[in-house]
Amino acid sequence: MNRFLSRRALFAWILGASCALGAMGAHAAEEPADAFIKRVSSDILDAIKADKTIHTGDVNKITTLVDQRVMPNVNFLRMTASAVGPGWRQATPEQQKRLQEEFKILLVRTYSGALGQVSDQTIAVKPLRAAADDKEVLVRTEVRGKGDPIQLDYRVEKAADGSWKVYNMNVMGIWLVENYKTQFAQEINTKGVDGLIASLADRNKANARAGK
Amino acid sequence: MTQALQRWPVYVALVVVAAMSTGCATGPNANPKDPLEPMNRSVSRFNDSLDENVLKPVATTYKDSTPELLQKGVRNVFNNLSDIWSTVNNGLQLKGRDTAESLMRSVVNTVFGIYGIFDVATEIGLERHPEDFGQTLGAWGVPNGPYVVLPFFGPSTVRDTAGMPVDTSADYVRNLDHIPTRNSAMALRVVEKRADLLGASGLLSEAAIDKYSFTRDAYLQYRRNQIYDGNPPDEDELVDPSAEPAVPSSK
Repeated sequence: MNRFLSRRALFAWILGASCALGAMGAHAAEEPADAFIKRVSSDILDAIKADKTIHTGDVNKITTLVDQRVMPNVNFLRMTASAVGPGWRQATPEQQKRLQEEFKILLVRTYSGALGQVSDQTIAVKPLRAAADDKEVLVRTEVRGKGDPIQLDYRVEKAADGSWKVYNMNVMGIWLVENYKTQFAQEINTKGVDGLIASLADRNKANARAGK
Repeated sequence: MTQALQRWPVYVALVVVAAMSTGCATGPNANPKDPLEPMNRSVSRFNDSLDENVLKPVATTYKDSTPELLQKGVRNVFNNLSDIWSTVNNGLQLKGRDTAESLMRSVVNTVFGIYGIFDVATEIGLERHPEDFGQTLGAWGVPNGPYVVLPFFGPSTVRDTAGMPVDTSADYVRNLDHIPTRNSAMALRVVEKRADLLGASGLLSEAAIDKYSFTRDAYLQYRRNQIYDGNPPDEDELVDPSAEPAVPSSK
């Protein structure tokens, strides 16, 4: 019943969080969305496999990896804004910046401890069902390792410069943004935007202490 | 079989009583998917403390002190038993190919995998298609009903709870005649499941601001995805507030 919490689902979340974030650098202008995901996922996987310190859960190393290889391939503004929901428009630019920062720390911190579990997994990208000129595409993949394959899907959008950016992902059917929406709305309704920022910051501090 | 079916009214009564006792406790902020939230939250607290004090320590010991290979064998045996029930449920959902594959898996693993200790079927490319009776009901259009957190069992919905007695009655382990064997096997299965979740449960409390609603939303999304076999139709389109000009208000 709780397979969505299983250890292997956890890999997928980690892979997803990291791959969502992708590899830095050259992308062909007309690269199809599935090729984009495949390239970024493989780069991230290789980087994790190559660096032993990531396996020990070195948060600084992982943050660097995320900043260099993942963030350039993600529309994190859109991710945060849609997770925050209607409350986003009440937030000042400064609050919006803080929300993005804290949300990012939360995601990075959460997954970093478990990155050591990445071993022999590979990503298989499923055939794309999209028209050539679609601006938003669903890319479906599977993480294959030991045991059952794990579903890992991405929503990607075409940015103004023609590159693809990930703006949502799901592991075994659980969409990341949707899963934060209710909690974020709850916080904003009771404590306002600053309350949400404070809750995120508190959670991050608690996680940092626990990780020491 | 009959024993399990006799427990049915207990489940129903539990849910009904819970619904009535908390029906008026829900405020205007109630989530429409979770009208029983106040009760669910207290059951979650009960489950969490039971887990923290009993189940998690036992599962941690099991994971740390049992050889990896043995753990894998144990997991495979229980998976093999559940594949047999998945075959029936795939059949009830008229999924021809998945039924055939699940059946083949059980046969291959029972015979060549020595009662399922080795998962030969996966090696030869037969994938698992886990299905339970709650999913079968869902596939035939029975709605979720409200989210329910069951004592001991954890996240569920009214529909899935209604499906549980059927799953139970077909459960090979529960129907073992030798009672000590049955009880040991059931306990081992619980410990094995929990051990499998050790890494993820830590993540859950780190990733969530509100662990309860995070778990609930994940469970509901996960079940919906299972019922549609990984291909659910889009729900309402996600709004992207950042796409519109952000108008900071001094609210």
